[in-house]
Amino acid sequence: MSTIGATQPLPESRSSTGFRLAMLLPGALVTFFLILFALGLVVFLALRGNDGSLLGAGFTFANFITVASDPLYWTVTLRSLAIAGLVTLATVVTAYPVAYYLAFHAGRRRGLLLFLVTLPFWTSYLLRVFAWKIVLAYNGVLNSALIESGIWSEPTLAFLNTPAAVVVTLAHAYAPFAILPIYVALDTIPKSLLEAASDLGARPFTSFRRVVLPNSMPGVLAAALVVFVPTVGDYVTPALVGGPASTMIGSLIQAQFGKANDWPFGAALAVAVMLVILAVVLVVRSADRRFGSRS
Amino acid sequence: MNPAHIDAKQGGGWLGAYVVAYLVFLYLPILLIPLFSFNNSIQAAFPLQGFTFEWYATLFGNSALSGALANSLVIGATAATGATLCGITVSYMDLYGRSPFAATISAIARLPILIPGVIVGISLLILVNLIGFGPSRTAIVLGHILVALPTTVVIMKSRFAAIPKTIREAALDLGASDWTTFRRVMLPLSLPAIVSAFMLAFLTSFDEFIVAFFLAGTEPTLPLYIWSQLRFPKSLPTVMALGTTILAVSFVIAASAEILRHRGLAAAQRPVPADLSKPEETERGELQWHST
Repeated sequence: MSTIGATQPLPESRSSTGFRLAMLLPGALVTFFLILFALGLVVFLALRGNDGSLLGAGFTFANFITVASDPLYWTVTLRSLAIAGLVTLATVVTAYPVAYYLAFHAGRRRGLLLFLVTLPFWTSYLLRVFAWKIVLAYNGVLNSALIESGIWSEPTLAFLNTPAAVVVTLAHAYAPFAILPIYVALDTIPKSLLEAASDLGARPFTSFRRVVLPNSMPGVLAAALVVFVPTVGDYVTPALVGGPASTMIGSLIQAQFGKANDWPFGAALAVAVMLVILAVVLVVRSADRRFGSRS
Repeated sequence: MNPAHIDAKQGGGWLGAYVVAYLVFLYLPILLIPLFSFNNSIQAAFPLQGFTFEWYATLFGNSALSGALANSLVIGATAATGATLCGITVSYMDLYGRSPFAATISAIARLPILIPGVIVGISLLILVNLIGFGPSRTAIVLGHILVALPTTVVIMKSRFAAIPKTIREAALDLGASDWTTFRRVMLPLSLPAIVSAFMLAFLTSFDEFIVAFFLAGTEPTLPLYIWSQLRFPKSLPTVMALGTTILAVSFVIAASAEILRHRGLAAAQRPVPADLSKPEETERGELQWHST
């Protein structure tokens, strides 16, 4: 497979510089300018004082000192981590059996099922969150259904505007993200491993615990990452179904670039979020290596 | 097929029931939107009051809505073109450029998966203010190119990797230039994937809210219009009628992108290396399933 280098140095040597440049240009512009330079600007701005101008004035660590010393930001950051962590746990744990079914039991229905679980991903995120507002509201679906069926006599405010509402809504919105990586990890486990386990006398559960689960961990970790990253910075769901008790770090960043109009401080919060994500990525990476990633 | 299907009968029943329950959980809240869009009441609550098309009628002749729709279509088409172009070139050079630079670009292009939308939004907001054009439709296009880029790169990379190497080598051996090989051989062979990448990038942009929120000037996109309407309880049924229409259109586009991608992959011969990102791994799974 990887013998290209050895077998044909000749055609490649005709490689025209113009072609290479033209092909590299769009990607280079986008990655270096829109991604790296733009992220660099955030870090730069985080180190500036706020004087109302675009790039601030004077270099200072004041923004980071405030972020680190004000208990408000610790509370909100820890809350964001707790909510994103719970959402990640809920999505991964509920998605695993679905991925398992897809990989080992779905048979001919696999294509249709894969399509069905990925479809909601392509529908509007805003509408998916909004749907939960309809479900959980005071005069919403859940309350009216509970009253209709006689379980409760009065509607309750207990559903909407709670951190629990944020967790349920986010877990629903990001569910499709979790299934695919786990499914692929399960599907690529060599079948000979499973046969060997049962030939050597392992019961189905033992074979699952000792063979299938460890081998699917890279997929589980990848799933955890793609769910955790967007949820930890989310500000739409807390605003729509969360209420004031579930303000997340994304909401604070958004406020600094909006009403509060302190861009350098908002940038510092964004850098803090990126550091948290970086730490999570490093932990996941090292765990991935421990489980012997096949990817 | 594969040996795992032997145990398809054992224990599959409970798991099957769970999968059905999971799909109900996945779809039930979403299906409430079409349900209440036909309900003859301003409130989204049971019992249903009666069937009506009234809310759909309010969608017509709404100039703010049609303006937002036009913006979303223009931005979606432009961003999808940009993201697909980048996806094609980045993945092609990653596979055949044989330079660490091209591989680095490809790795960075998949980085936006690991950046929350709020940070993509503010970093581009600072950037476009620095350049001078500020929040605008152009700014949203740039943001949506970034958001869609990982998907297009991964789709194109798995497609290019699935084209047998010998085909490209034959073209080069027969004297075709790099450009001719790319344009006359590799692009036509990957056309279904290009169309599918474009459609998915378009959908991503069309539904995207978090990044657009920071980068919109005076011309809102459709999700921003919906957001502005969510504050008014009176416009709730209209929002649901609009949401239902969007769901239906998204469904059609996603389904056709999926069909195209399968058609493209049906010709695939060998698995591609996967990494941490989601869609490429799908490709890998599907490649296997097509080859059985």
